[in-house]
Amino acid sequence: MMGAIAKRGYELIGPTIRDGAIVCDRLNSASDLPRGWTDEQEAGKYRLVQRQDEAFFGYNAGPHSWKKFLHPPEGRLWTCTRNGGGLQIVTEGPAAPKRAFIGVRACELKAIDILDRVLMGGTYVDPEYKALRETLFIVAVNCGQAGGTCFCASMNSGPKVEKGYDLALTEILDDESHYFLVEAGSEAGAEVAGETAHRDANAKDVEAADRIVEATRRQMGRTMDVSGLKELLYRNYEHPRWDQVATRCLTCANCTMVCPTCFCTTVEDVTDLTGEQAERWRKWDSCFAMDFSYIHGGSVRASAKSRYRQWIMHKLATWVDQFGEFGCVGCGRCITWCPVGIDITEEVRAVRETESASAAQKGAS
Amino acid sequence: MIHSLESVIRAHTFFHGLEERYIAFIAGCAKNAVFGVSQYILREGDPADQFYFIRQGLVSVEIMIPQQGPVTVQTLAEGDMLGWSWLAPPYRWHFDARAVEETRALAFDGKCLRNKCDEDHDLGYEIMKRFTHVVSQRLDATRLQLLDLYGVHI
Amino acid sequence: MVPAPYRIERVKRETHDTFTLDLLPMDSTSVSSFGPGQFNMLYVFGVGEVPISISSDPANCPALEHTTRVVGAVTKAMGRLKRGDVVGVRGPFGSHWPVTEEGGRDFIIVAGGIGLAPLRPALYALMRQREKFRKIVLLYGARAPEDILYRKELEHWRGKFDLEIQVTVDRGAAGWRGNVGVVTTLVGRAPFDPTNTVALVCGPEVMMRFAVMELQKRGIGADRIFLSMERNMKCATGFCGHCQYGPSFICKDGPVFQFDRIEPIFGKAEI
Repeated sequence: MMGAIAKRGYELIGPTIRDGAIVCDRLNSASDLPRGWTDEQEAGKYRLVQRQDEAFFGYNAGPHSWKKFLHPPEGRLWTCTRNGGGLQIVTEGPAAPKRAFIGVRACELKAIDILDRVLMGGTYVDPEYKALRETLFIVAVNCGQAGGTCFCASMNSGPKVEKGYDLALTEILDDESHYFLVEAGSEAGAEVAGETAHRDANAKDVEAADRIVEATRRQMGRTMDVSGLKELLYRNYEHPRWDQVATRCLTCANCTMVCPTCFCTTVEDVTDLTGEQAERWRKWDSCFAMDFSYIHGGSVRASAKSRYRQWIMHKLATWVDQFGEFGCVGCGRCITWCPVGIDITEEVRAVRETESASAAQKGAS
Repeated sequence: MIHSLESVIRAHTFFHGLEERYIAFIAGCAKNAVFGVSQYILREGDPADQFYFIRQGLVSVEIMIPQQGPVTVQTLAEGDMLGWSWLAPPYRWHFDARAVEETRALAFDGKCLRNKCDEDHDLGYEIMKRFTHVVSQRLDATRLQLLDLYGVHI
Repeated sequence: MVPAPYRIERVKRETHDTFTLDLLPMDSTSVSSFGPGQFNMLYVFGVGEVPISISSDPANCPALEHTTRVVGAVTKAMGRLKRGDVVGVRGPFGSHWPVTEEGGRDFIIVAGGIGLAPLRPALYALMRQREKFRKIVLLYGARAPEDILYRKELEHWRGKFDLEIQVTVDRGAAGWRGNVGVVTTLVGRAPFDPTNTVALVCGPEVMMRFAVMELQKRGIGADRIFLSMERNMKCATGFCGHCQYGPSFICKDGPVFQFDRIEPIFGKAEI
């Protein structure tokens, strides 16, 4: 199948092992996939462990997300030359190689959908994102297991892939057989499936796939109660929990780097040594950075408390008012990759559970 | 139509809620005053035996700084109270006050009112309440001035 | 969105640290229209880009005026530019002051420091339709007499139109016979009818906090008070995330906000 996709001129991007983690990178063939590997994830912990079987997709989300290829970590926006009395600005043409993402999980598909709304849904459209998005071929995968920090079921973004894919695979693997149930989500997908060695699926295959997805749903490592979540957070700007988490948070920005929906960027203007040519670059930025909120004189959000609060409020409250949905897809990466193991589900739970106690305390004092 | 002093006092928010007998007493301590352009109303160091309710005009609260001359720290206008040093020892003015334009005011005999407040603590409380509010508003305003909000703080 | 080259037609020194650039696009002779309260992103070659409010008269705008204060590297570099130099311009961005819809009302405008610059287009717009409104009051606070912006214009307006202007300074100076005190203290006795007034406020955030308090004390509803907010801005198109203020993006939901929209978070620390 991957050959069929590559034949159509797509650059294959998918999971592969590097530096002790399953990252997203260019693939040459299916042999680059982390076959027979799984990951053990917990708050502040990520380990690769060998499986007993040879599953191609028997793991969950790694430190990379697909935003690395749709909303690149850095890129030049334009070049400006001084000519005569004027300025000449030349934009960087969106370098849009056709890409195929192999192994997109339901949570990641939702994350891409969310980014579509952020970067293409408003008055202004990000041209580079749009160009990359339009030529994208997506091979999604239904997770065969949930990770230790996963909670896509709570966020209603998985584990089953619903829409937005060209092909969706469910890996069915037992002592006797190892095959994939393939659903085509588009004509392009159907064409590729047609060229791959296959047989028509029967009811037993579909049932097996459904059972796997259901088992995954029940296996989630975390849960998040999203009922009234936006209002809960809006009511608790001053909750003492934020002071508490600030004693742990290093403002290292890992969470924003691994999060598949964090989209903040900054711009850098640079010149060459002659001073005749300038460039503007766009780079990933994080609301945890001290100067993220700098305006003449100082940063509006100077304390770690305010920066953690900004991140969690954006992800689970203000995002809803901005884009009509939560910014969080429950992939659990922020929990896994936080060096001190801060757990977004735990922070929300703490605020929810102690809200009335905190309010009573305020009333009494 | 000439308003009686009592009706002027009764009309102003500063005196709202005061019992009638107190209003009558205060009116008894009050008289009209007019200050011409650049006329001093009170001077730093002088005994603070009066205070003023500005009915119309502009008053500059100033201090004389050597080499700079008179420097205004605050401008007061219609509806403002001028002077509270009559309330606390040593009962002397700490600043100058000068009419910027022709100013009409009600001048109150602070010494007389002070003595009455010593006798009648209920009246004293009412007067203190009201002046505390004035002082707190001026303090807020002064703090905002001190913050130098329009300055560049880099 | 890429900066368009604009030539500096004129540089005017307003005060010791504030200047106005009049800009004209290099590829055409007419400037694009804008609403009062909007801003442009101005790019200084090789240094960077900053958001600057447009302070021209929207209906009579031969060149786009940008009154700028030197507060950092880019504005400092901008302050050294001369007539004939070229800057990049992106815009206009953002929301407007509500000066077109509200007929028959009083307007109270409270400006502090450089906050008068984004309000200047609003004043022009109001005066252009003067007969539509009743009282128009401008309360303007500056740091010291030497920091007063648009002095001549203020004197002209005061003399020519039915517009009440009160100027005050935080600190007086020898020879200053005008008002001394924070501008918020002027709200209490400003001549407007609170039941039928729209308030426009712009200045440092602390000043706006106290100004809003005074306006509300006078009885103006939160839906009739408008502020111009400011936060770090990089893209001005809603993508970089820097200008977020609660759920709002200042670049597209603001910078002009109806107060009841931001009231829940206004005044909260570190938002």
